[in-house]
Amino acid sequence: MSEMQIDWAGLSPMIIVFGAAFLGLALEAAVPKRRRLPIQVSLAVAALAAAFIAVVLNKGKSATAFALGESAIGSVSLDGPGLFLQGTIAILALVAVLLLAEQRTTTGGDFVSEAAVVADSRADIAQRRDPGATEVFPLALFAIGGMMMFVVAGDLLTMFVALEMLSLPLYLLCGLAKRRRLISQEAALKYFLLGAFSSAFFVYGMAMLYGFAGTIDLAGINEAGVSSNEPRVLLYIGVGMIAVALLFKAAAVPFHMWTPDVYTGAPTPVTALMAGCVKVAAFGGLLRVFNVGLESSAWDWHAILMIIAIATMLGGAIFAVTQRNIKRLLAYSSIANAGYLLIGVIALGDAVGQTMFYLAAYGFTVIAAFAVVSLVRDGDDEATDLSRWAGLGKNSPGTAGIFTVLMLALAGIPFTSGFTAKFSLFSAGLEAGEVGLVVVGVVSSAILAFPYLRVVVLLWLNEPAPDAPTVNLPSPMAGTVVAAGVMATVVLGVAPGYLLDIVDKASIFLGS
Amino acid sequence: MDEMTYAPATGLLSWTWLLIALPAIGAAVLLLTGRRADKWGHWIGVATVGAAFALALGMFATLGGLEDKSAATDLFTFIAVGDLEIRASLLLDPLSAVFCLLITGVGFLIHVYAVGYMAHDEGRRRFFGYFNLFVAAMLILVLGGNYFMTFIGWEGVGLASYLLIAFWQVKPAAATAGKKAFLTNRVADVGFLLAMFLMVGAVGSLDFAAVFNGAADLSDGMSLAIGLLLLAAACGKSGQWPFQTWLPDAMEGPTPVSALIHAATMVTAGVYLIARSHVIFELNSTVQTAVVFVGALTLLFGAIVGCAKDDIKRVLAWSTVSQIGYMFLAVGLGGAAFALGIIHLLAHGFFKAGLFLGSGSVMHAMNDQTDIRRFGGLWRVMPITYATFAAGWLAIIGIIPFSGYFTKDPIIAAAFARPGWEGWAAGGAALLGAALTAFYMTRLFVLTFHGPKRWTDDVHPHESPAIMTGPLILLGLGSLVAGGLMATPVVEWLMPVFGDQPEPHGHLTHMQVTVATTAVVVLGAALAWMLFRRGTDEAPRAAAWPVRLARADLGGEVVNRGLFEAPGRFAANASVAIDSRGVDGAVNGLSAAIGGSSRRLLQLQTGFVRSYALSILSGAVIVVAALMVVVFQ
Repeated sequence: MSEMQIDWAGLSPMIIVFGAAFLGLALEAAVPKRRRLPIQVSLAVAALAAAFIAVVLNKGKSATAFALGESAIGSVSLDGPGLFLQGTIAILALVAVLLLAEQRTTTGGDFVSEAAVVADSRADIAQRRDPGATEVFPLALFAIGGMMMFVVAGDLLTMFVALEMLSLPLYLLCGLAKRRRLISQEAALKYFLLGAFSSAFFVYGMAMLYGFAGTIDLAGINEAGVSSNEPRVLLYIGVGMIAVALLFKAAAVPFHMWTPDVYTGAPTPVTALMAGCVKVAAFGGLLRVFNVGLESSAWDWHAILMIIAIATMLGGAIFAVTQRNIKRLLAYSSIANAGYLLIGVIALGDAVGQTMFYLAAYGFTVIAAFAVVSLVRDGDDEATDLSRWAGLGKNSPGTAGIFTVLMLALAGIPFTSGFTAKFSLFSAGLEAGEVGLVVVGVVSSAILAFPYLRVVVLLWLNEPAPDAPTVNLPSPMAGTVVAAGVMATVVLGVAPGYLLDIVDKASIFLGS
Repeated sequence: MDEMTYAPATGLLSWTWLLIALPAIGAAVLLLTGRRADKWGHWIGVATVGAAFALALGMFATLGGLEDKSAATDLFTFIAVGDLEIRASLLLDPLSAVFCLLITGVGFLIHVYAVGYMAHDEGRRRFFGYFNLFVAAMLILVLGGNYFMTFIGWEGVGLASYLLIAFWQVKPAAATAGKKAFLTNRVADVGFLLAMFLMVGAVGSLDFAAVFNGAADLSDGMSLAIGLLLLAAACGKSGQWPFQTWLPDAMEGPTPVSALIHAATMVTAGVYLIARSHVIFELNSTVQTAVVFVGALTLLFGAIVGCAKDDIKRVLAWSTVSQIGYMFLAVGLGGAAFALGIIHLLAHGFFKAGLFLGSGSVMHAMNDQTDIRRFGGLWRVMPITYATFAAGWLAIIGIIPFSGYFTKDPIIAAAFARPGWEGWAAGGAALLGAALTAFYMTRLFVLTFHGPKRWTDDVHPHESPAIMTGPLILLGLGSLVAGGLMATPVVEWLMPVFGDQPEPHGHLTHMQVTVATTAVVVLGAALAWMLFRRGTDEAPRAAAWPVRLARADLGGEVVNRGLFEAPGRFAANASVAIDSRGVDGAVNGLSAAIGGSSRRLLQLQTGFVRSYALSILSGAVIVVAALMVVVFQ
């Protein structure tokens, strides 16, 4: 293993996405503004589809894809979970990118044309009719490439690079909203500051672990957990710091504070991308770090991670109960869901497959939910205040029906993916002996069901206001997003066997 | 006992599923095509059942030529969970084959009759749809290869029965009767479900072969529990004590329904269940005794109440209760009496269907009146109905050479053959029942067809059209010749199902029983003839307490009210109280607590990035500190 080894086929999904991102940047310079949108959208869609196919072609691999010098698993380790999560990210991103491209619900789309123009100035008001900036597509591709790299990173340094690569474009994307620009920019700045803060934790933790293990390779760290003679303090500080950074991305309590502000401020398509794909990447990273790198010290971190999981499940659910804004409600629900997913992380190898299934199921549902949110509008603005949604079922039964299905899925009602996902994750948790966590998880789900069902009641049983918001007819873009999300929600709820079979086979980490 | 296996089906017999599919398709067409089928739909119903009858005849003949007289068909897997696999499998053996013939044969005749009977009803298409649904469900019940399939059919006939009893749902009495039948059956069906759960627990399978082969290893308590639970289910479906009250009320449905479902076929499902499960019942003498006494008690109960009723269909309904009591008695006795029970069931299917259709014909003539006090002298105006009704009457009271003589007498003899006091008790009850049957059936017959006319002013009786009298004639012939079944190979046929059993010898010889039975029957009939030859009062008269008790169904309703309704009401009221005070209070309090803590906690969400960063930092400190504490304490 002293030679440099590269498996080009194994790296191809990431190469395709990054390549398309660079190409997209070049096109920004080369193509006139009004013709960029179709080209950028087709490029992004084609790249993500090709990346997905490339992932599928790699299926069954369990080997190092990229390594420099001595290493047990290399910098990029392709294995079942890595490939499954890469595929999931590619598909969810494909759906989310279609939402980025939606132009019909509001003239010119949700993105600002010139981000440098001072918010709410005369020039800014003038440019509201202009089509949005198309830089969002290469930016999104960079972030997506970073996520795909994040879930297969075999050492901490690669993981850190991937983390930055996925974060930086997202900070930018968050600030590009055309409406309520100040809130959007505030969200971007908050996200950036706190993200940078948490990155510092990551680097610090990495240094500590290197000091302890003499390597940044995850498998090497795991081995050192048993055999190293260095003071264990280094290990504990390192584990703690890395965990903080990863839990920040995953939005676990008490590292969750940014989530509601950013989810609300960011343009809704970007929120969908974050809630769907970033969640997958963050938990992919958590699963890999704890399963491959820290399994040998599981006894040490088990208790504190449990406390965080409980705080996250209960916190997210309790916060959600009193929300009056649909985007904030979904933000807090994503926090609570992070808590459920932490059960899968704590259960280690027993629950990897079920955690991945949950990620896929949740991703589709939440992206579709945000897509529906982007359809319900007061004039040009999204009607995010829940009181505005009252009686939507009277005027737009189709949209309200779809949103009802999604809410029921999030509440975990049978025959939706939310139920099968929760059921399989919780039963995996029980099998791993985490009875307490599962009990808290069930209690939290029960609390969380209340705000979801309240939305359903609001949709169907209340009288609409005279100036009720309109539901804009989506273009095929957003239409596809909603259709794909609802379809996945129902199919995974009624016939989850096929996907459960796949995750079951793809649940062994390389080097664990 | 030998290992029990069923040979896989070949040739024509591998088409067993078609027997079920034909009426099922008929039902689907009738119920799904809607009004378009109003004009011709009923003929689809008749044709599919007729085709099924032809198919059943062919299969019956084919089955006779087989070595081991059984054909199992495996369709698909219903449920596969762990070690338990439940498959949709069918079993055609002599027992299910004779049931198929009865269901499709009598069913076909009643379908034809119903074309005439329902000719002026707006819901005729719907009626035939439900009717076909019933035939399909009943065939699933008897053809199922495991208890689960039987249960599907069991519930299916329950549904069809409910729909048809309440067919004229605008009549409150009909709607109530439908509900009553459904609820009573639900209570009893719990027994079936629990029995299945116990089988899965004890044997690990619901397949007939597996259960019967594993039955020998069951503990006494387990076989007792399974047996009694199955008995409860059977009592519910067959209107046996203590579940008898729904059956007479079920007469609110159209008369063809009463004939097919509540006389000839569905109510005999309990007998089928016990006969099919005879291996389990024979294991435990306590269960057998229970079956015998349920049968003996019910046959007397039905006969006594039957004497006090004035509604032509209700008298017939109570006589059904009573006759099924005879069948329970027979299958409870076990051994050779199993076959006797089944033969009596077949014979009963013919004569009781004939009697019911005859009563329908009478009602047709009398403006849908059912009160026998207002009939009389009808033999002159409706000779065909009269003749066929007479055949049924003679068959049910058991006059040679009608079928009841051949099928009921052996049951009475077998009852006397039971050892010890039980033999005297069961035999005595059966003999007394025969006398009572002769009395109330003769009363019914005489008051309806003979004596002075006591008609209300506006009726103009007339004979029914050919489409109704045709089936009547065939069923009347059936009442005459069905006794011949005893002389056919059918008895031997049922032997592979029940095992070869020696004829028991008991307190009385067969000859003595026959003489005694004939004597009491003639006595009962003569008494009724004497009493009612000159008609009767046109309204009920005050009577002594035994008559009042019999008129009140021997207190069946009081038991229902005390045992089910009162506790049910109490439970409902109590749950409402607990719900509105306890549960709602707890829920409201809890939700207030959660909402409050939500609002309080949300004050942490200040919107300032510095406080967010502080939260992250303190989290990090706690994490690291906790790690240290865990390790270094």
